[in-house]
Amino acid sequence: MRRKIAPYLLILPGGLWLVIFLVVPLVFMASVSTQEGDIVNGFVQTFRLANYTDALVEFKTQFLRSVGYGLAGTVLTIALAYPVAYWIAFKAGARKSTYLLLVLLPFFVSFVLRTVSWKFLLADDGILLQPLKGLGLLPADFHVLQTTAAVIGGLAYNYLPFMILPIYVALERVDPRVVEASYDLYASRRDSFTKIVLPLSLPGVFAGVLMTFVPMTSDYVNASILGGPANTMIGNIIQTEYLVNNDYPVGGALSFTLMAAMLIGIFVYAKALGTENVLEAAAR
Amino acid sequence: MSGPISPALPARSEGAAGLAPSAGPPRRRRVRWGDRLLFGYTWLVLVWLFAPIAVMIAFGFNDTKSKSNVNWQGFTLKWWGRLGDYPELTNAVVNSITIALLATVITTVLGTLMGIALGRYRFRGQAVTNLVMFAAISSPELVMGASLLSLFVSLGVQTGYVTIMLAHVLFSVSFVAVTVRARVVGLDGSIEEAARDLGASTWITFWRVTFPMILPGVVSGALLAFALSIDDFVITQFTSGATVTFPLWIYGAVRIGVPPQVNILGTLIFAVGVVIAVVNTFTSRRRT
Repeated sequence: MRRKIAPYLLILPGGLWLVIFLVVPLVFMASVSTQEGDIVNGFVQTFRLANYTDALVEFKTQFLRSVGYGLAGTVLTIALAYPVAYWIAFKAGARKSTYLLLVLLPFFVSFVLRTVSWKFLLADDGILLQPLKGLGLLPADFHVLQTTAAVIGGLAYNYLPFMILPIYVALERVDPRVVEASYDLYASRRDSFTKIVLPLSLPGVFAGVLMTFVPMTSDYVNASILGGPANTMIGNIIQTEYLVNNDYPVGGALSFTLMAAMLIGIFVYAKALGTENVLEAAAR
Repeated sequence: MSGPISPALPARSEGAAGLAPSAGPPRRRRVRWGDRLLFGYTWLVLVWLFAPIAVMIAFGFNDTKSKSNVNWQGFTLKWWGRLGDYPELTNAVVNSITIALLATVITTVLGTLMGIALGRYRFRGQAVTNLVMFAAISSPELVMGASLLSLFVSLGVQTGYVTIMLAHVLFSVSFVAVTVRARVVGLDGSIEEAARDLGASTWITFWRVTFPMILPGVVSGALLAFALSIDDFVITQFTSGATVTFPLWIYGAVRIGVPPQVNILGTLIFAVGVVIAVVNTFTSRRRT
């Protein structure tokens, strides 16, 4: 009997915490999102679903832009992370853990401070652009800040380890004997990579995409520090509605839509990749 | 399916005759070039990763005259002596550290208990627990922050120091539970049985036998919780009210100019993190 209730007693405090501060707040946000009113006169529940359509119509551009930035950032992150993860997994030898530590070290600096440092580094009159402009290598009005490239670069920078680590783990698990076997069967290096190593590492890429796309799409720190007015993402809008305008219904409706879009996206993505994996397994 | 295999078959018999030896050297040379390229690429990415960190450290020593600390104007140590020039900044750093410490204590206790339950027992509701934990780990911070603020606003709870701490426990408890669970699953149950056979009570067995064995998991979980808390921005901004933490202060200062004191404080936090990470890497290597 004692053994039966023991796990529940152990789970209870942490479980209650998760329910009260994760599940219950979502219910409250759903409720707030259909209310009407303002911060001065108070909010009244009117089950106004038009809050959603209104918000979507008004902020369609920012929504699409966020998804676009999220996709671009994810692709850039894969391009940056895959070769690095490959090198650490197969070529770094005894220095593997040193390289992994090196990759992670920058992330001991606060997220906001890292992004602010990029702003210093890329400033129009900063240490990178000023000398180049002085030498005449760049036009005087050249700038990086307040551009789409700066925001996407910042996103890729801040979420890179979440891509490197899962790809590294997947590559690390590839049995070297399988690769050797492919050479014994006269596969070229390219064939061996595209037909053996790459497919075996895809689950790592899949995990990395899940871990980077969602936070990138809902990010607002990079857009607000490195971007300009033309780079506003949906996160910036939600943050402004909640913390500046105190318009909780609009903010709630947008957050809920964002969450739903992400959930559907993940589901479709997992489904699509799952089927593809089955095909690959059959091909092998 | 059979496509890629059948053309390979004649190649095999051909290669066995005379191609195999000559295929060796060119392949080896290409390997070396490919490796060099990869090596260079990796270091380029590392330089990119460290560039803003180097800037952050260097500009803590910049003899800047203006409020915007973006141009190098000479080396100085004067800012180290004037770390406390901004009382609100000092206060924000103190808030960040104390919130992280309190949240870590609560998170470690709750997470360890959950980890033991999940690693040791099979029980009804386990799948739901795992699902909720997964949701806590993978939900966008923005949605968690917005929903927490919706809750606090609806109930008329004043946001501030306490609500920040509650939120920090929320997003780190699952990480601790997962870390401890991994350790519990790897435990050798016969050692605890031996303790009980020798007459130890359940309580004594836990503190003298089980707990020391899962301690490395608990310590890594606690370190992770502390790191997550002290760095957090998004959820903190939503639950902070009038309370300011270190990341919030920096964010607020971006428009008016970030003083070199921020660089120095960031450097100090970075240095402590690096030392802990290096020590942790070496001690865990010795353990295994």
